[in-house]
Amino acid sequence: MIQGLADGLLVGSIVSLGAIGLTLVMHMLRFANFSHAELMGIGAYAALVFDPLLAAIAPPLSATLGPLSMTGALALSVVLAMGVTGLSAMLIDRLVFGRIRRTAGPLSMVFASFGVALIVRNLLALLFGVQSHLYSEEIAFAVLVSADPLLLVKPDQLFVFAAALAIMLALHLVLSRTGFGFALRAVAENPALAQVAGVRLSRMIAATWIIGGGLAAAAGIFYALDSKLSPLMGHNLILSLFAATIVGGIGSVYGAVLGGFIVGIAGGLALAVLPAGYAPAMPFLIIMAVLIVRPHGLFGEAVE
Amino acid sequence: MIGLLSYLVFFATMASILAVAVLGLNLQWGNTGLFNGGVAAFFGAGAYGTIILGGTPQPGQMGGFELFYPLALLGGVAVAGALAWIVGIMTLKLRHDYLAIATFGVAVAFESVARNAQWLMGGAQGVRGFERPLEQAIGDPLLFNTVFLAFTLGILIAVYAGLERLIRSPYGRLLRAIREDETAARSLGKNPARIRLTAFVLGSMVMGAAGGLYATFYAFVSPQDVLPILTFQIWAMLIVGGAGNNRGAILGAFLIWGAWTASGWALARFAPVEAQLYAGSMQYVLIGLVIVGMLLWRPRGLLVERLVVSQSGRRPPGARARRA
Repeated sequence: MIQGLADGLLVGSIVSLGAIGLTLVMHMLRFANFSHAELMGIGAYAALVFDPLLAAIAPPLSATLGPLSMTGALALSVVLAMGVTGLSAMLIDRLVFGRIRRTAGPLSMVFASFGVALIVRNLLALLFGVQSHLYSEEIAFAVLVSADPLLLVKPDQLFVFAAALAIMLALHLVLSRTGFGFALRAVAENPALAQVAGVRLSRMIAATWIIGGGLAAAAGIFYALDSKLSPLMGHNLILSLFAATIVGGIGSVYGAVLGGFIVGIAGGLALAVLPAGYAPAMPFLIIMAVLIVRPHGLFGEAVE
Repeated sequence: MIGLLSYLVFFATMASILAVAVLGLNLQWGNTGLFNGGVAAFFGAGAYGTIILGGTPQPGQMGGFELFYPLALLGGVAVAGALAWIVGIMTLKLRHDYLAIATFGVAVAFESVARNAQWLMGGAQGVRGFERPLEQAIGDPLLFNTVFLAFTLGILIAVYAGLERLIRSPYGRLLRAIREDETAARSLGKNPARIRLTAFVLGSMVMGAAGGLYATFYAFVSPQDVLPILTFQIWAMLIVGGAGNNRGAILGAFLIWGAWTASGWALARFAPVEAQLYAGSMQYVLIGLVIVGMLLWRPRGLLVERLVVSQSGRRPPGARARRA
C-alpha cells in the first residue's frame, strides 16, 4: 500500500510535468493535442543521443553522480533535450498546427494531432528501433526505507521527484513573478484582450510550445530513467496526461500539477487491487469519474 | 486465376466491411462534427458482441449463446450502441474535445478489458467457436466467400441508402445545422445535445455492424483486431474520400485499404529481411502522413461534400405548396 503510494507520487510528478504543457496548449489554442505525449518521447530519445556524445567530449562527465545511476553527462543532456524538444514542438506547430489553425476549426487540429502522433512515434521507432533502451546498463539498487510496511526507494527516484518539483517551482516563479509570465497568463485568459494590451500572440504561442515541449522532455527523460525508453512511451502516457488536465480543469497549471499527482497515486494504489493488465484503463476511469462529478475539473471554469 | 479471383473476393469483402465503418464515422464527423477517437472500440464491441452471442459455448468463458445469426449481428450492433450511449451521455454536453478524449479512452479501456477479462472476452487468445452461417450448406470455400461478399455488399448498400435518406431528411438538416452553428440551432428551439447523442449512437451502431461482419468473416476475434491503428485507418479513409460525402467515404475505404495492403505487400516483398520488423512502423508513418497531408492540402477530400440546399426549387413529388 505504502509502496503503491510512493510509486504513485513519483509517477504523479512525471505526469504533472507533462500535463502542464498539455493544459497550456489546450487552453491557449483550444484543442486537445493527442501528440503532446510524443514530445516526451522526443525528449527522452534526444537525451539518449546527447548522453554518450557529452560523455565522449568531456570524459569527466561520464562519472555517476553520488548514489545515482545518472551521470553528469545525462544531467546536462536533460537541459539540452528540453531545448531540442521545445524547438521541435514549435516546429511542429509551424509546419502543421499553425497552418490548420488559420483555415479550419479546433477539431481539425485534434484530428491532425492524431496524425502527428502517429508520425512522430513511428519515426522514433524507425530511428532508434522498436526495442526498449536504458540510459545506463548498471542496475540501480533500491534502498530499503522500511521493512514493514515494505517500502523500497531507488536514489534515482528521489532525484527525479525532487527535480520534477524544482522544475515546477521554477515555472511557478516565472508565471507569477515576471512580466513574461503575466503576458502568458493574459493570453491564456483572453487572447483578444491581451493583444489589445500589446502582447504579441504569435510570440506567446511559440513560448507555450517551448515551455510545454521542454517540460514534456524532462518528463520523458524522468520516466525513462524510472522505467525504460520505448517508442510506445507517448502512446502509453497520453491518456494519463489528459486525465490530469481534466481532473485539474483545462487551462489551470496548478490544477494540472494536482491532477498529475491524483492520477499517479490513483494508478499506484489501483495496482494493489486490480491486476496490472488493467493499468492502461485507469486514467479513463478517472476521466469518467471527474466528468460525472465535476465536469470542469477541480480548478477549471466552464468555457465552451 | 482462381487464386487471383479468391484474393479479389477477400479484398473486396474487407474493403466493404471497412466502408461500412467509414459510413458510420461519416455520420458522426462528416455530418455532425463529432470527433470519435475510439472507432476501434465500437467496431470491437460489435465484433465481440456478435461472436459471443452467436458462437458456441467455450470452456471458462461467458457466452456462446448460439443465437440465430441475424439476431447475433443485431445484438453486436446493440452492444456498440449501448457503449456509445454511455460515453455520449457523459461527454456530449461538454467542450467538444472531451468527446475525443473520452472516446480515445474507451478504445484504450476496451482493449485492456479484451486482453485481460478472460471470462468475458477470451483474453489475448480471443474468442473462437463461431460457426459461420450457411458455411456447411454451401461447402465450397470460394463460393461461400462470394456469397458472404454479396451479403456484405448488400449491407453496405443498405447502410449507404439509409444514411443518404437520413441526411436528406429534416433530421439530417438538423445535424448540419448543429455542426455549422450550434447557437443558431438552439435559438430555433432544437436540443443540440440530444441530437448529437442520437447521431453519435447511430454512427457507432453502424461501426458495430461493420465489426460484426468482420468477426463473422473471420469467425474469430482477438485484441489484435481492435488496435488503435484501426481507428486511424478508418479516419484516413474518411478524410481521403471526403468528410460529409457518403460516396467519398466508400471510395476512401477502397483506396486506403488498397494502398494499405499494397504497401504491406511491397514491404514484405522488396524490403530487406532486417527491415521487416519495421514494416509496420513504415505503414503507420504513411497513414499519419495521409491524415496530416490531406488536412493541410486537401481538407475536403477527393469527393467534396455536396451541400444540399434545403429549400430547392425541386419539390419532392406529391408535395403541393401548402401556403398560398
